[in-house]
Amino acid sequence: MPKVKVPRKSTAVDMTAMTDVAFLLLTFFILTTQFKPDEPVMVDTPSSVSEDKLMETNMMQVLIDAKGRVFFTCDGPANRIALLEKLGQKYKINFSEDEKKTFSNLQTIGLPVTKLKEYLNWSKSERSSFDKTSAGIPIDSTNNQLGDWVWFARLSNPDYQAVIKGDRETNFPVVKRVFDIFQEKKVNKFNFVTNLEKRPTV
Amino acid sequence: MAAELGGDGGGKHKGGKPKGKKQSTRIDFTPMVDLGFLLITFFMLTTTMSKPQTMEVNLPSKEKVNKEEQTKVAESSAITVILGEFGKVYYYVGNTPAVADSIKVTSFAPSGGIRDVLLAKQAPWISKIKAAKAKLPTNPTAAQMEALRKEVSGIKGEKLATTLMIKATDNSKYKNLVDIVDELNICEIGKYAIVDLNDQEKAMLSAKNLK
Repeated sequence: MPKVKVPRKSTAVDMTAMTDVAFLLLTFFILTTQFKPDEPVMVDTPSSVSEDKLMETNMMQVLIDAKGRVFFTCDGPANRIALLEKLGQKYKINFSEDEKKTFSNLQTIGLPVTKLKEYLNWSKSERSSFDKTSAGIPIDSTNNQLGDWVWFARLSNPDYQAVIKGDRETNFPVVKRVFDIFQEKKVNKFNFVTNLEKRPTV
Repeated sequence: MAAELGGDGGGKHKGGKPKGKKQSTRIDFTPMVDLGFLLITFFMLTTTMSKPQTMEVNLPSKEKVNKEEQTKVAESSAITVILGEFGKVYYYVGNTPAVADSIKVTSFAPSGGIRDVLLAKQAPWISKIKAAKAKLPTNPTAAQMEALRKEVSGIKGEKLATTLMIKATDNSKYKNLVDIVDELNICEIGKYAIVDLNDQEKAMLSAKNLK
């Protein structure tokens, strides 16, 4: 039998189209991406059927982790500097311009105010390793520093809305205490951060 | 595997004129594609596509609470829900438990739990809201949506519509609170308050050994 000759074909493929697609996707992801805010603790938020989106600006957020540690953050560098100055006045701490600048670029804060000046002079890695073991902002009634944070944040920007991001397993008394602190400062409207869950049909 | 750019590289000498040797313009694109996909992978993994959801909760301001205590919620329209340990839910109809036995134990289960109780209680208003929503045309305008929203909140706020008093023991979790507020949204209940346990309830819970 005569051999059937299969003509050899070149295996070279034109890559141009693939490159085009790859970079198109890349452009899409670069443009749509929003980096996860740098949070010192992982918080597993509860789920709800609510479909409202979290606002993008004017929010002051209290983060409560499963162990009941409390962290605070708010947006807007100018507002943060104003907040830091007011805190400094109350606790008689002078913050330098560099420290204010560092603070305005930070995200979540969770430590007693007295330690803040030292904290702001640390390097990034020192701060993040400290945050992992930090006890959070004091909330007990004799040393209610969260109340000061909330109050001075509201003075710096009256439009701030309260956002509470708690862990599923956070004990209720801690959450209750945070509610009370907000209410002492005349905040009665809260936004709970939740995951979306399918609405059951009733 | 190289992509090919610009036809044939390096032509032959033609005629007598000596020409500089043409360099091939073929470029191997593979590393570029590799880099492209590497970056795509990075951005895909770091991106947060969906923004987190929020649930809005209004608490009665501290000053108002005292006034509300004077104008008690109608006993017949109120349900008191107490959040207990391990996601258990204790509830009774009314503001104050008459006897310890009126406190019933249930759960957050999708059926046979607290939702069924609330749905049964709120049923007349749910059907009203459904009727209001059914009247809406298929492609409603913004004004019609706004009108519906007002009508629904009007129905939820009717004097006899269910009012939920939410109380929590110290053993409950934040998740339970979010769950019960979620049940309010599911059961179309608009009137609720998050309040503290009173001494009578505490005594009754401990008498029944409920935590």
